Amino acid sequence: MRTADVITTATRNAFRSRLRTTLTALSLFVGAFTLTLTTALGAGVNDYVTKQVETLSTGDVLLVTPAASTDTTDGPNEYDPDGRQQSGQANPLGSGTLLNDDDLEATRAIACVDRVEPVRQISVDWIAGDADAAADGRYELDVNPTSSIGRSDLVAGAQLDQESGDLQILLPEDYVDALGFSDAEDAVGATVTLGYTDAALEEQTVEAEVVGVARTSLLAAGSGVNQALTDEIADAQAVPGQPNAYAVAVAYLEGSGADGAVTAADVDAVKADLADADLAGQTVEDQLGVIQTVITGIIGVLSAFAVVALIAASFGIVNTLLMSVQERTREIGLMKAMGMSNGRVFGLFSLEAVVIGLLGSAIGALAAIGVGTAISAGAASTVLADLPGLTLLLFEPATVVTVIVVIMVIAFLSGVLPARRAARQDPIESLRYE
Amino acid sequence: MTPAAAPPRGAPVIRAVDLAKTYGSGETRFDALKGVSLDVQHGESLAIVGRSGSGKSTLMHLLALLDRPNAGRIEVDGEDVAGAGARTLNRLRNERFGFVFQQFFLTAQQSVLENVTLPLLVAGVAPRERTRRGMAVLESLGLADKAKNRATDLSGGQKQRVVIARALINEPDVIFADEPTGNLDTATGRQVEDLLFGLQRDRGITLVVVTHDEELAARCDRRITIADGRIIARTDAAASVVTEGAAR
Ligand SMILES: Nc1ncnc2c1ncn2[C@@H]1O[C@H](COP(=O)(O)OP(=O)(O)OP(=O)(O)O)[C@@H](O)[C@H]1O
Ligand SMILES: [Mg+2]
Repeated sequence: MRTADVITTATRNAFRSRLRTTLTALSLFVGAFTLTLTTALGAGVNDYVTKQVETLSTGDVLLVTPAASTDTTDGPNEYDPDGRQQSGQANPLGSGTLLNDDDLEATRAIACVDRVEPVRQISVDWIAGDADAAADGRYELDVNPTSSIGRSDLVAGAQLDQESGDLQILLPEDYVDALGFSDAEDAVGATVTLGYTDAALEEQTVEAEVVGVARTSLLAAGSGVNQALTDEIADAQAVPGQPNAYAVAVAYLEGSGADGAVTAADVDAVKADLADADLAGQTVEDQLGVIQTVITGIIGVLSAFAVVALIAASFGIVNTLLMSVQERTREIGLMKAMGMSNGRVFGLFSLEAVVIGLLGSAIGALAAIGVGTAISAGAASTVLADLPGLTLLLFEPATVVTVIVVIMVIAFLSGVLPARRAARQDPIESLRYE
Repeated sequence: MTPAAAPPRGAPVIRAVDLAKTYGSGETRFDALKGVSLDVQHGESLAIVGRSGSGKSTLMHLLALLDRPNAGRIEVDGEDVAGAGARTLNRLRNERFGFVFQQFFLTAQQSVLENVTLPLLVAGVAPRERTRRGMAVLESLGLADKAKNRATDLSGGQKQRVVIARALINEPDVIFADEPTGNLDTATGRQVEDLLFGLQRDRGITLVVVTHDEELAARCDRRITIADGRIIARTDAAASVVTEGAAR
């Protein structure tokens, strides 16, 4: 029998009992639909996070925080006047303990560390397009304290220059209109005025140059300001006489590689040195890696449900094909009497299983793409409107094809038992009696 | 050795020597054939008769290479097939033999043409060629107008003709027929017999017919009678020579 004929015959056999095939394919459909959606969800979210990492990470910065307390002795810790302060408020970036100037010095002393800048929390009351704007031309502004550690996803302009002495600011995209600029390009190079309250509760203003306009993102909300502007405001807001304490510091590395490139070994060495100084260092990738691990875990659990559905479906295929073999006992006997080889009989039935698998998985995947694209589009314009660049469900052709192929393989494996039974059938047994 | 051209009329196409076939084992062990030897001559018609359960079908299946004997050997064109692999046997059956069974064994969901061309499908003949040859055979059996019908829509006699068309399509040397008229009324049975003997006469096809039917057996060139797994009589119908008790 020609291979082409085996395929057409298997396909026709699959459709011989249409209802049975449809019902069997339906259970595969559910599995394929779910699996396509969960993998697309995983791809979509991970793709977004990866892009965020790319926009954020410069690869040569480490976030330095106090090491998590390992003191497990009973009772309260003894007071050490030279020790670290405790934070008064919860801090998502670090532990409850704050860094002090000694910690910064210790970090600066580590090889490969170029400079260390503490992340200083500043609060800005308002921003206005020009200095003498009336109260109604002023807008609230959140400053992103970690804007110094990475790059932003720019719409226009350039990144902040952390080493520049000029006062620089990166505007969030939605401030462009409000501050009276015609578009993002127009805002770049303009001067804006920031209003803040200093330690003496006096209202102060400072002028800063807009160097760029940034897209809002999951990990960088608010406006970015460079080190010079941060220092200007932070110094004014620092309570006199109180020792300096910081939740996080940023260590800028200077690599040992060619052109001062920072290698993975450099990062590891600095991390080890930081650990010796009772500090912890994390790259941006480390932080986002945790997020990705969580996402991958969730997707894994969802996919596991789909796989359970597929396993259930595979029993359906076994059952359907066993019935099919049973029904066609005499036909099989006849074909074998006429010289059909066992291998071809096996091929005929296992291919029938594959056809059912292809049917269920292809329709399931297509339906998932259709429904998923609609959901994605709907979500992007409503609940996820604040996260531009996030495609909730990302259907990668390779993944969809993989899902279909995997299901076809499952179907084939389910077909092995019935097909073997058919192949091993004794033609005389099948032909002898009614 | 097998000659390239078909052997001349009179040479054995199939020779069986001391065939024994045992079913089951232990308590249920049953010797269906206990040493059967016979020659099937090229171009002849051979009837295998005997009571129900005597081993006729078992013998035919062995001769048709559908089953292997427990002892004895079978030669096709003088060559022992005991050592032949499944592939060779499949090819032999596909190219040299045609089968007509007591039941029609037509596939209900397929058309008459598809049923008839099944041996060609198995042989790996291209679709176009299958259709051409299928139509030619149906034409010769007066069934061309039924080609597109579903096989189940035919009368009993038509069905048996379709079955014969299927047995004929690969232009076999030997047609094995197990009770070919068992399912048909006398008149239709007669038509089918005429058809088979016509093929034997006109195309030189060897016929091996298992039957209960005395009249059908009488029309064959030779007959062997089986009882309890042994040949108890060989009759050369043409010469009217009866050899009683010719065992082994
Ligand atoms: N697979 C089997 N297992 C056990 N016994 C079998 C098997 N096949 C056939 N037999 C036995 O072998 C004997 C011969 O069977 P066979 O089918 O050859 O008879 P038959 O002469 O063709 O009979 P009928 O005219 O009724 O078709 C019978 O007694 C049958 O019960
Ligand atoms: Mg029988």
